[in-house]
Amino acid sequence: MGTAMSLDEDLITTSQQVSVESKSPRELAIARFQRDRLAKWALFVIVFYLVVAIFAPLICSLLGISPYALDGKALNDFGLPKGSFGGISGAHWLGVEPGTGRDILARLIYGARISMLVGFLATLVTTAIGIIVGVVSGYKRGMVDAVIGRITDLTLAFPSLLLMIALTRPIIQRLESFGIPEGNTSRIVYIILILGVFGWVYVARIVRGQTLSLREREFVEAARASGAGTWRIVFKELMPNLWAPVIVTVTLAIPGYVATESTLSFLGLGMLPPTASWGAMLGDSVRYYRADPTYLFIPGIALIVLVLAFNVVGDAVRDALDPKGDRQNIA
Amino acid sequence: MFTPIALEAKNLVKYFPTGHQGLLGRPTKELKAVDGVSFVLRQGETLGIVGESGCGKSTLARLITRLLDATSGEVILDGKDITSIKGRELRAVRQKLQMIFQDPYSSLNPRHSVGQIISGPLEVQGIIPDGGVKKRVQEMMELVGLNPEHYNRYPHEFSGGQRQRIGIARSLILNPSIIIADEPVSALDVSIQAQILNLLEKLQQELGLSFVFIAHDLSVVRHIADQVAVMYLGKIVEMGPSADVYASALHPYTTALLSAVPVPNPKMRGASGRIRLEGDVPSPVDPPSGCRFRTRCWKATDLCALEEPALADAGGGHLVACHHPMEASERAGKPHSDR
Repeated sequence: MGTAMSLDEDLITTSQQVSVESKSPRELAIARFQRDRLAKWALFVIVFYLVVAIFAPLICSLLGISPYALDGKALNDFGLPKGSFGGISGAHWLGVEPGTGRDILARLIYGARISMLVGFLATLVTTAIGIIVGVVSGYKRGMVDAVIGRITDLTLAFPSLLLMIALTRPIIQRLESFGIPEGNTSRIVYIILILGVFGWVYVARIVRGQTLSLREREFVEAARASGAGTWRIVFKELMPNLWAPVIVTVTLAIPGYVATESTLSFLGLGMLPPTASWGAMLGDSVRYYRADPTYLFIPGIALIVLVLAFNVVGDAVRDALDPKGDRQNIA
Repeated sequence: MFTPIALEAKNLVKYFPTGHQGLLGRPTKELKAVDGVSFVLRQGETLGIVGESGCGKSTLARLITRLLDATSGEVILDGKDITSIKGRELRAVRQKLQMIFQDPYSSLNPRHSVGQIISGPLEVQGIIPDGGVKKRVQEMMELVGLNPEHYNRYPHEFSGGQRQRIGIARSLILNPSIIIADEPVSALDVSIQAQILNLLEKLQQELGLSFVFIAHDLSVVRHIADQVAVMYLGKIVEMGPSADVYASALHPYTTALLSAVPVPNPKMRGASGRIRLEGDVPSPVDPPSGCRFRTRCWKATDLCALEEPALADAGGGHLVACHHPMEASERAGKPHSDR
């Protein structure tokens, strides 16, 4: 069986020698990703969101809209948008905010900045802490693992949302006393900090489990036998095997943190009022959901599309990085 | 006659702490995995180490290659004890002393291409060979019978035998003088086993390697080894030139193992009686007093429980640790075949 297979393989290789030799692992991964159409669209969506968030002021001034300009003329006597679907019109493409008449499109574009910033930074912080703690815990085992394990359990057992709410004011004051600018900056720092404190455990647990099983494999011993130190084993031998689960966690975490920021803003603990964020918009829109449901749907759909896009891209990246992926059908 | 010594082990001991321990308490028991093993490996020769599962063979391999730290004893390479060296010195020793692993599936990193796997040791040691890393790796692949075009392929695209060839190429890339092979063929099909054994023999001749070849299969060792050591519960019970050990085994345990080797010719089967050992290997946490094999030995006497037999020369460099070694008459006949 084994020899028959190897013979077949040799035959295949001789006929395709040139194409097989020329592809490096990275090229193969990129080729695999590109074959996934849905993932390409999802990646496009993410890039689009990012571009919009980064160039928000430019886009808004080109469109002639502002997230802060009040437009009383777009509202009726009850303070609700004139016209159907939340006041969608040539001047306000996605309608206006009830009560103030601010342009929803402009607020959505500016809101993307806050939401994406918090989502990406919080994920970066939690993933970095999680990977380091997880690998150390799994690789060192023994006492180190026991201590880290108890800290993980303790963190998981904490009612994190309650603590986030309770700590908002004291910690923001403390941050401001350290010289971090008052207002939204200190609030963003606070949110990332608190999400980092509670969020690393999920990544750490997954990474620890993987590390525990990987470190027992003989290829780790083989690396040690050739003189590799702990750093090389962790970064070159273990890490490549950890990317798949980590990437999946990351793609789930980013939209998760975007949603958490929304939750905090919704509860009034996030961005300060005139600043737009998706969570603040959702929180505000709930008050008008009967009279103006469009206002609720717009930030909601924006959030859902982002979450979905990240999940699709995450799956595709994991598949593309899998060395067991198909190599024959890649043109 | 006196080939230079490549590697010498002196009284190697490895105890693993085991049993329940409090938060800060000391371990209550010790698992005696390797308990006083000594041997000499001569240049260009192969020392076969055999024994059943759990007798400490793999631990011994890891002590020699410094994947585990010995509890006591010495491993002498080029006149120097390597059991306590560290850092740069240890890394230099690792160049000379490489290992082939048992499981061709777990010994190759699934996320690394064949090229990365084989060149790994060069990278670790910071060596850039003449003509570049890729050229050297492809030479190695050719040497072990792999297609050099498969440089960018991943381990899962290969069969077990090919994977083991990748592992062999990795162990050879640093030009080591000694290879410790830990059951390199036991995970392979019989037909592939022969291919790999022939490859190892060819490499030994071409590169002048010395092998420590660990196996649980006596017929595999017979094929490749110059010297054979038989291990039981962490100790060597018999050691000598393989022709002597196979033709005239002195320890009852060796005799029993040899009698279990299948005989290809059915007409010959009746002639040599098969010795069936009863019971299991005792726990290495609490080995029997005196001779460790006495609990399963049909020749055991009171002396065996009281006094541990020393590994002594029975003539011609054939060592045995037994109070009642097998006599020539016993081997020829079959008085114990009914046990």
